[in-house]
This record gives sequence, C-alpha cells and structure tokens, in this order.
Amino acid sequence: MITLEIAGRQVQAEPGQTILEAAESAGIHIPTLCNLKGLSPRGACRICLVEVTTWRGKLVPSCATSVEEGMKVVAHSARLRELRRTILELLFAERNHICAVCVSNGSCELQDLACELGMDHVRYPYRFPGLNMDASHGKYVVDHNRCVLCGRCVRACSEVEGAMTWGFSRRGVDTLVATDVGSPWVDSKTCTECGKCVEACPTGALLDKRTSVAEQEKDPEVLSQVTERRPRV
Amino acid sequence: MNNTKQIAELVEPFAGKPGELIQALHRVQSELGYVPLDAQEEVAEIVGVSPVQVYGVLTFYHFFRTEPCGQHVIRLCMGTACHVRGADRVLQALSDELKVGLGERSEDGMFTLEGVRCLGACGLAPVMMVDDEVYGRLDPNKARTVIREYRDNQE
Repeated sequence: MITLEIAGRQVQAEPGQTILEAAESAGIHIPTLCNLKGLSPRGACRICLVEVTTWRGKLVPSCATSVEEGMKVVAHSARLRELRRTILELLFAERNHICAVCVSNGSCELQDLACELGMDHVRYPYRFPGLNMDASHGKYVVDHNRCVLCGRCVRACSEVEGAMTWGFSRRGVDTLVATDVGSPWVDSKTCTECGKCVEACPTGALLDKRTSVAEQEKDPEVLSQVTERRPRV
Repeated sequence: MNNTKQIAELVEPFAGKPGELIQALHRVQSELGYVPLDAQEEVAEIVGVSPVQVYGVLTFYHFFRTEPCGQHVIRLCMGTACHVRGADRVLQALSDELKVGLGERSEDGMFTLEGVRCLGACGLAPVMMVDDEVYGRLDPNKARTVIREYRDNQE
C-alpha cells in the first residue's frame, strides 16, 4: 500500500491506482468529465486537474496520474476552481451548448459541472460552429454541436463493445467524432446498434431517436456494470 | 473506379501490421497520387485496423489527399517569414488565376494548389514550389507569370 495526502487527508492506495481513484475511495470528490468508470482514462478534458505540491505544484489530470508514496495533492483551491471553470466555459463556448433547448437538459454531466463549479455565465463568445447532425441511424442520433470530444463513445465502442465504430476525424478545433469511414451512421458496417455510446455520452451529443427537449436520460454506469461482470483476461 | 486489386497489392507489405497504417497510406498515395476514399475499408481490412482509424489518420494529416491531384502541385509557403512578406497576396493571385482555393485542383486538371507550413527557404520569402522547382521572392505578378509559363509550355 501507498500512503499519500489528498486534500489534507492521509489516504491509502494500491500501487498503480490513479489519484482520482484514491481520492474517490477516501470519499474526496474531484469533478470529472471525460473519465468514466469502466473505460480507460484519457485525460482529455482536464476538468479533474489537481495540484501536486510535492512536484512543485505541477498541475496533473488526476484521472490519468498514478499515485506515488508521500505525494501531496491539492484537490481544491481557488486556483483550481478558476482553472476548472475556465476549461468548462471554453467547452461551452466551443460549440452550441444551450441547455434550455437540449435533449439532455436535466441529465447532462456538462450541465451538472456548470452547477457544481458555479458557472453562472460564460466569459467567452460562443463559436456556434453550426455543425451537422446525423440522424440517419434508425435508433440514435449524433449532434456534433453538443459534443465535447471527451471520447467516451469512442472508448465505450472499442473497449467495451469491441466494435470500433467510433473514432475521431480531422484535427484541432475541427475535430469531430465519426463512424467508420466518415459515412452516415446508418451505413456503418461495424456498428452493432448496442447503444453503449449513447449511454456513455455525458451530453446531448448522442441521443436516442425521438427524444425531445429534456427527455433524454443517460445511464453511464452501465459501462462499468458490463465490465465488472466480465471475467478478467 | 478504383481498382481493388491494385490497392490490395500496394498495401500487401503492411498486411496485419496496424502500426504501419501510415506507411501503407503513403504507399497508396505515392502510387495513385491520392488515397481514394472508397479504398479506406480495403486498407483497414488488410492492415488490420478498424475503418474509422484509417479515416481518422487520413483526415488528421494534411499531407494525405483524398482527391486526385493535378499534373503539377503548387506548394505555397504559409510560414511566418513568407506570411510577413505577403504570401497572402500571392495566394490571392494564384487563387484568382487558377480559380481554386487551397487544397483544390484547377478545372483543367493541370494544377493543385496547396498551402504548406515552411519550405525552409525563408531567405527567398515569399516562396512556392511547383513540383520540385522552387520560385522565390514572389509577388502576385511573378506568381501569375510562373503559372502562365507552365501553361504555355504545355501547349
């Protein structure tokens, strides 16, 4: 066992565990977005940033950083709060996140984070990129305007379902999630229509067809329920 | 339109080597001049990756082309030195002359206009390459002249 200090408390952890896992098992809450139990860590969103005092205050994503003996971690501070809020505001501004007209209103992790971090307004102008929606599939819809590029659908599809339908296309600010060779979802030859991507999606970017405003409910825990029941290989 | 057998032959050396996807795509592009979009699934199957990984790599790297390119490829430098010395005006002149935007092929199939980051010839800024030929210290007129010379030689 490793002993470290998180948020001023002595915490025990297994070697190889992440700071986030150690904090959670000690009942210390750290906000997250791209992290999802059952999927590999990605460190994509940087919401879970913490300060490691023993590394000269270095900022690291707690979901993707292993614990170390004697490590001292600041999980909550004015600096972290400001950083997390800035990241969140940039996520909102990057696409078209208007909760009032979103299928996931009330069942959205991005919205929950905004509440938790006290984000009452966005200091940056919205980019409103006007991206396409793909409603070609019979059961699901992807609305790129609500996507935060967390990659949870991509990981759910490859790591849990094993279909490898979802991936990223293009780069930088133009990045989009894509199915197969960028053709409409309905034409995908690999998609099994399992719906794990929809459950894994933290926002209203992936939704069940025929849901209207605030009707979409998500159950992201289904991913870890599936993986935990699986025999280890 | 694309020859499945030809793609299969080109990618064959990389069969079952997912780590060499980029090399496989390079090979296709160097032989065909571009990577046809309808070859993606074929490449994925042979190399041993999912189709979306091929699509992701193709769209991530600007070097890969998914459309056939013209007889001559114009690479206009968009680097810092060239930018400062008026590459944007040269681009405008080329766009007007060829009636294409960046990354596009002229209607007669003769030229493809591309923007590149740095050709490593900042002393010649603004600079462009047509195929393997370097043209430096450009201005809009000079750029137009180069294009017209290529056209004249063609005729």
